[in-house]
Amino acid sequence: MSEAIEPDIDVEALKEQGVDLEVAEKVAPERDIVTKVGEALVQVQDLTIKFGGLTALDNVTFDINRGEILGLIGPNGAGKTTCFNAMTGVYKPTSGKVLLEGQLLNGLPQHRITRRGLARTFQNIRLFGEMTALENVVVGLDARHRTSVGGALLRLPTHVREEKTAIERGMALLEFVGIADHAHFLSRHLPYGYQRRLEIARALATDPKVLCLDEPAAGFNPAEKEELMALIRTIRDDGYTVLLIEHDMKLVMGVTDRIVVLEFGKKIADALPKIIRDDPKVISAYLGEPEDDLA
Amino acid sequence: MSTTDGPTLIPDDASAQEIADREARMRRRKGWFPGLSDKWNALPRQTQWLILIVVVVIAYLLPILNPPLITTEPGNNWQIALAQMSVYALVAVGLNVVVGYAGLLDLGYVAFFALGSYTAAMFTSPDSPYVHIPYLWTLPLAMAVAMFFGVVLGVPTLRLRGDYLAIVTLGFGEIVRILATIIPAMKGQVGFQNVGHPPGTDSSGQTIFQNSNGTPWYWLTLTIIILVLLAAGNLERSRVGRAWIAIREDEDAAEIMGVPTFKYKVWAFAIGASVGGLSGALFAGQVGFVNNQKFDIATSILFVAAVVMGGTGNKVGAILGGALVAYIPLRFTAIAEFKYLIFGAALVVIMIFRPGGLLPARQSLLAYGRLAYNKLKGALGDIPASGKVVLEPGKGADK
Repeated sequence: MSEAIEPDIDVEALKEQGVDLEVAEKVAPERDIVTKVGEALVQVQDLTIKFGGLTALDNVTFDINRGEILGLIGPNGAGKTTCFNAMTGVYKPTSGKVLLEGQLLNGLPQHRITRRGLARTFQNIRLFGEMTALENVVVGLDARHRTSVGGALLRLPTHVREEKTAIERGMALLEFVGIADHAHFLSRHLPYGYQRRLEIARALATDPKVLCLDEPAAGFNPAEKEELMALIRTIRDDGYTVLLIEHDMKLVMGVTDRIVVLEFGKKIADALPKIIRDDPKVISAYLGEPEDDLA
Repeated sequence: MSTTDGPTLIPDDASAQEIADREARMRRRKGWFPGLSDKWNALPRQTQWLILIVVVVIAYLLPILNPPLITTEPGNNWQIALAQMSVYALVAVGLNVVVGYAGLLDLGYVAFFALGSYTAAMFTSPDSPYVHIPYLWTLPLAMAVAMFFGVVLGVPTLRLRGDYLAIVTLGFGEIVRILATIIPAMKGQVGFQNVGHPPGTDSSGQTIFQNSNGTPWYWLTLTIIILVLLAAGNLERSRVGRAWIAIREDEDAAEIMGVPTFKYKVWAFAIGASVGGLSGALFAGQVGFVNNQKFDIATSILFVAAVVMGGTGNKVGAILGGALVAYIPLRFTAIAEFKYLIFGAALVVIMIFRPGGLLPARQSLLAYGRLAYNKLKGALGDIPASGKVVLEPGKGADK
């Protein structure tokens, strides 16, 4: 799979346009990922989830390799979001394991999983509406902060330092996703597309090793989708690994390096986009008939 | 950090029309005092401090000024009324941490108030057979006792949400009152007379802190309120305050963004409880008498009403709400009998016309946010399409 992670955009051209590719370094200068590029960062092993008699996920196994954009697709009700929720600790798996850099995530509280390096966005936007855009991002940054209640009360030096860097890093992130000029708006007053980007910025703020995006393009028009694809690629080029759940086939085919297909809770395919596109099983399960509609 | 050298990859497509629409939306939300918080925020930091100092000085002078029309006399002694108002204000500030910031509906807050009162009474009143300590020592002790019970109540119940939590806290409020009735050591309705007071006599040898003289009690409580406000402000503009607001806004999302929600909910409960205990101890000292009659559910609801009326989540609003709840029945003695009816009606009216409370200003959650936003505002000035960008109400306000 490793040939798939070659960046397919012109990095130099982006830099000339003023794109800040080093946001990861600015936001999280001490990031420390043991896994080498191309090796499995997240391992999902035999993951099974049952809700009563309903098996939502059935022995699903796949890896997320460092540095890739992995697409997770499937028809409605295939178990994509369930898989997502099991990975991030919202659901407890009936059986199976989720490993991040070889360490078991099962059973950890959600906020600990986030601190281990698995961040996510939500299918239906869930920002903190009464907070400004910048404050939303700083909540994400707080995941890496060490100030205690006492430290905040007495304004100890650690607290002061963290507060100051948090604003710099928060602004850098907002700039990265392109909404810095709206930093002072309450997030519920932001336009829809900006809210989606703010969610991505907030998730990036937790300094994740893997960024999980749950249908980030829902409700976007084609132009906005185009911009989102570019943003996701930039995030990957910045050293993040991305897991993408998406319905829009054009977006998935255009941006991912590898695709895992679920149907009725089972994995039916795991391959490069161009192979997925021609896979008869996938086509019958999900894509419908005519092939030319896809690309 | 100008916005012009940001990524051009994602162009800023907010048109002037969009921004104008958004501004109009915000202006409509502002309510009765349009531009008041904007004006406040536009003031330089020094001017804000100057105004605050003037306000504080006036607050300290209130018992001496005894302003006509506002005063509660002849019906009620103005100084004692002020002392009671300040205690209620302190209660509201404490409860605001729980209800306003963390969004946990605590209907049994009177329990912590009662715990503080009984702590002060049982360690200072001659009616109590226990160890006696100086009154001022009971203040931190009352905080500690209330905080302890806040954690004891919080740890098992804070896994509940919304209505369930409200019901459990309601029960807790009753438990403390009933225990005070049935435990012989707490003396039920007989209660404790002559609760202690801070030391000190004036030049003529009279005790300064008399139950019949509200002024020193008012000054003491006011000073404590200011200290609590400073502490609350520090917490607010830190990861603690942000965690609380995030929990209030969307608990699941907060948890997934790395906020240890349970821990911070317990902290909110503990801090709120300790302020409740403190105000209870002050109340016991000022009134000088504690029995089980003052800590009923109606008082608890009154506390919540004070916070909601003043402006949930805004500590200045909470002070206003707390003071008003105590002031109205004292000032308008003719209607004092109907105070619950009137507060009920007032709450309904406020919720309809001013759902954010009387002072709905949003609190800033970043210690150095003002700087960043001002910088941003400066940068935005260069972009003609943006026109006049109005900051949100409450932005950067460190009230």
